[in-house]
Amino acid sequence: MTTIDLYRTVRLIRRFEERAIEYVRSGEIVGGIHPYVGQEAIAAGVCAALRADDLITSTHRGHGHVLAKGVNPARMFAELMGRESGLNKGRGGSMHAADFGLGILGANAIVGAAGSIATGAAWAQRRLGKSTVAATFFGDGAVNEGMLLEAFNLAALWHVPVVFVCENNGYATTMPVDSAVAGSITGRAKAFGIPSFTIDGQDPEKVLAATTAAVDRARAGKGPTFLECTTYRFDAHHTFEHRTRLTYRSTEELSAGWSRDPVEIQGARLAPEDRAAVDAEVEALLDAAAGIALGSAHPDPSAALQYLYSSPEVFS
Amino acid sequence: MPKLSYLKAMNRALGDELAADDRVFLLGEDIRVAASNLTAGLFGRFGPDRVLDTPLSEQAFTNFATGAALVGMRPVIEFQIPSLLFLVFEQIANQAHKLALMSGGQCKVPVTYVVPGSGSRTGWAGQHSDHPYSLFAAVGVKTVVPSNPADAYGLLLSAIRDDDPVVVFAPAGALGFREDVDFSTLAPVPLGVGRIARPGSDVTVVALGHLVQDALAVADELAGVASIEVFDPRTVYPLDVAGLAESVARTRRLVVIDDSNRTSGFGAEVLAVAAERFDLVARPRRVTRPDGAVLPFALALDRAVQPGRDDLVAAIRGVLEGDEQ
Ligand SMILES: Cc1ncc(C[n+]2csc(CCOP(=O)(O)OP(=O)(O)O)c2C)c(N)n1
Repeated sequence: MTTIDLYRTVRLIRRFEERAIEYVRSGEIVGGIHPYVGQEAIAAGVCAALRADDLITSTHRGHGHVLAKGVNPARMFAELMGRESGLNKGRGGSMHAADFGLGILGANAIVGAAGSIATGAAWAQRRLGKSTVAATFFGDGAVNEGMLLEAFNLAALWHVPVVFVCENNGYATTMPVDSAVAGSITGRAKAFGIPSFTIDGQDPEKVLAATTAAVDRARAGKGPTFLECTTYRFDAHHTFEHRTRLTYRSTEELSAGWSRDPVEIQGARLAPEDRAAVDAEVEALLDAAAGIALGSAHPDPSAALQYLYSSPEVFS
Repeated sequence: MPKLSYLKAMNRALGDELAADDRVFLLGEDIRVAASNLTAGLFGRFGPDRVLDTPLSEQAFTNFATGAALVGMRPVIEFQIPSLLFLVFEQIANQAHKLALMSGGQCKVPVTYVVPGSGSRTGWAGQHSDHPYSLFAAVGVKTVVPSNPADAYGLLLSAIRDDDPVVVFAPAGALGFREDVDFSTLAPVPLGVGRIARPGSDVTVVALGHLVQDALAVADELAGVASIEVFDPRTVYPLDVAGLAESVARTRRLVVIDDSNRTSGFGAEVLAVAAERFDLVARPRRVTRPDGAVLPFALALDRAVQPGRDDLVAAIRGVLEGDEQ
C-alpha cells in the first residue's frame, strides 16, 4: 500500500461524508448519519493492512470502515438513501451497511456488540481452514460494555485471529472519555493478556504499520492485539446535533482537533500535482456514485419484510 | 421397543447432527462434562473443536455464535438455565434475528439455542423457573417447545438444520419423560407443524411441552364427560394456525394451557387467533401463570403459580357449560 493509496482512501471517506451530510440536510438521506470526519486515518490504515478476504465488523459510525474495505460508493450512497440498489437493498441503512462479498460483516448499532461477532467469525474461519483475520472497530464508549470485555477474554483464551481497534475520539456522544473510563483503555485489554498499543490515529501510515504487525501476529496463530487509536471527531456525534445545537466542546478544542487533519497529514506526503489528481479522481467517482444512487429505485413496500426468514412460506 | 427419554432424544439429535454435518458445533457452560446431561458422551466422540466449553460469558458467546454462523458454521448453544435468555435477549432478538433482513438477504444466522430445563425446576425458585418462550415468539424468533422424545429429537434436528435462529425450550417437566420409540423411525419434525396428540370431538385443548402430558391425563379423566382433543402446536412461532383451525372446526370449543404469563402470553395469542378466525360455540378459556409471575420457592407456592390439571379441568368444564348460556 503506497502513500498515494492511503491518501486516496482518506480523501474518499472525507468527501463521501461531506456529501452525505449534505444529503441529510437536503432530505435525500433520512434518519441522519454519524459522520466519520476526522477519523479517516484509522479506517484507511487498518483496512490497508488487511487482505481482501479478511473480515471487518463496524459501528454506528461505520461509513469509513466500509469504504476503506472497498465497497462501491454508489451502492453505499444508495444504501444511505434507502434504495433497492444499496449494499443491503435499502434494508440496513447507515448503521448496518454490510457487504459479505468483501468480508464486511456489517456495521452494528449496539455499542460493543460487534467485537464478539468478529471474534466468533474469526474463530470459525480458522476452524474452516482459512487463514483470514478479522478487525473489529469500536469507540472509547464501547470499552465500558461488558459484552466487549467478555469478547476480549474469549479471543485471548482461544488465540482468535482478531484485531481490536478502539477509536478513541475523546467522546461517547457527549460523555468525555476521562469521565467514563476508570483505569485506562489499553489496561482493559492488557488485563486479558492481550498486547495493547496506543497509536496516533490521525496518521494513516502509523495506523497501517501498527495494524500490519497485529495482523501478522494474528495470522501466525498468536491471537488478538488491541490497538487504541487516538483521534478526534471533527463533526457532530450524529447529524441531529446540527439541529439540537448541543454544546459540549469549545471552539478552541475543535480547532485544535482540526489542526491534526488526517487528510492534510497524508496529503502533505504527496507532490501537489499528484494530490490534485487524486482529488479530481475522487470527485469524479463520487459524482458518478451519487448520480447512480439518486437515480435508483426505492424498494417496493410490499417487500418490507423480505429476507426476514429463510423459509418465509411457513409464515404465510 | 426400547424406551427413549426426552433428554436422551435431544442428546441423540445433537450427536447425529454433529456426525452428519461438520459445520455443526456445540458451545456452552460445562458441556464438556455434560453437567446437564444434554451433551453426554459428545466431547469424547467429537473432541474439543466441536464441543466447546465456554467461560461464563453469555453475551459474548451468544454473539460469537452469530459471528461463526455468518461465515458458514451452524452453532448450537446450550444455556444452563432459562433466565440466561434474559441476559442474551439483545444478542438473539436484536442481533441474530435481525441480521438477515438488515443485510438485505446477504447472510443467514443458523444458530440454535437450547434450554434443557426450562420452566419450574422444583425448588429452584424465582430466578431459575422462568419459561420465556412467549417473549421470543413475540419478537419473531422461531420458538420450539417439544412435548415428547420423538418430537424432541425431530424438532431439535430441524432447528439445527434451519437457516434462521431457533430457540428450543425443553421444559424441565418433560426431560425425564420416556416413551417406547422405534429408533429407526426417528426423523426430523418440521417447524410450524402441530400434531393432534389425542383426537376428540367436543373441545380442543391446546397444550405445549410438558403440559401436553397434563392435558392428555385430563382428557382421560374427563373421558366420560366429554371427548377432548389435545392439540400440540410443537412450535410456538411460527404457529400452525391451519392445523389448529382444522381441529377447532370440528370441536368448536377451545381451551389453551400455557406455562407463560397471562398478559401477552402464548395463551393470549391463541385466543386472539380464535377471536379473529374461529367460529366457536362457547367462549374460549386460557389457563396460564398469573400476570408478572415470579415462581416462589415453597413447593405449594410454586405449584399455585403454575398452570395445573385442576385449573385445566375447571376451564374445560366452563367451556362445556358455556354453550348453554
Ligand atoms: C449498548 C448501547 N448503548 C447506548 C447506545 C446509544 N449510543 C449510540 S452511539 C453512542 C456513543 C458511542 O460512543 P463511542 O463508543 O465512543 O463511539 P463514537 O460515537 O465516539 O464513535 C451511544 C451511547 C447504543 N447504540 N448502544
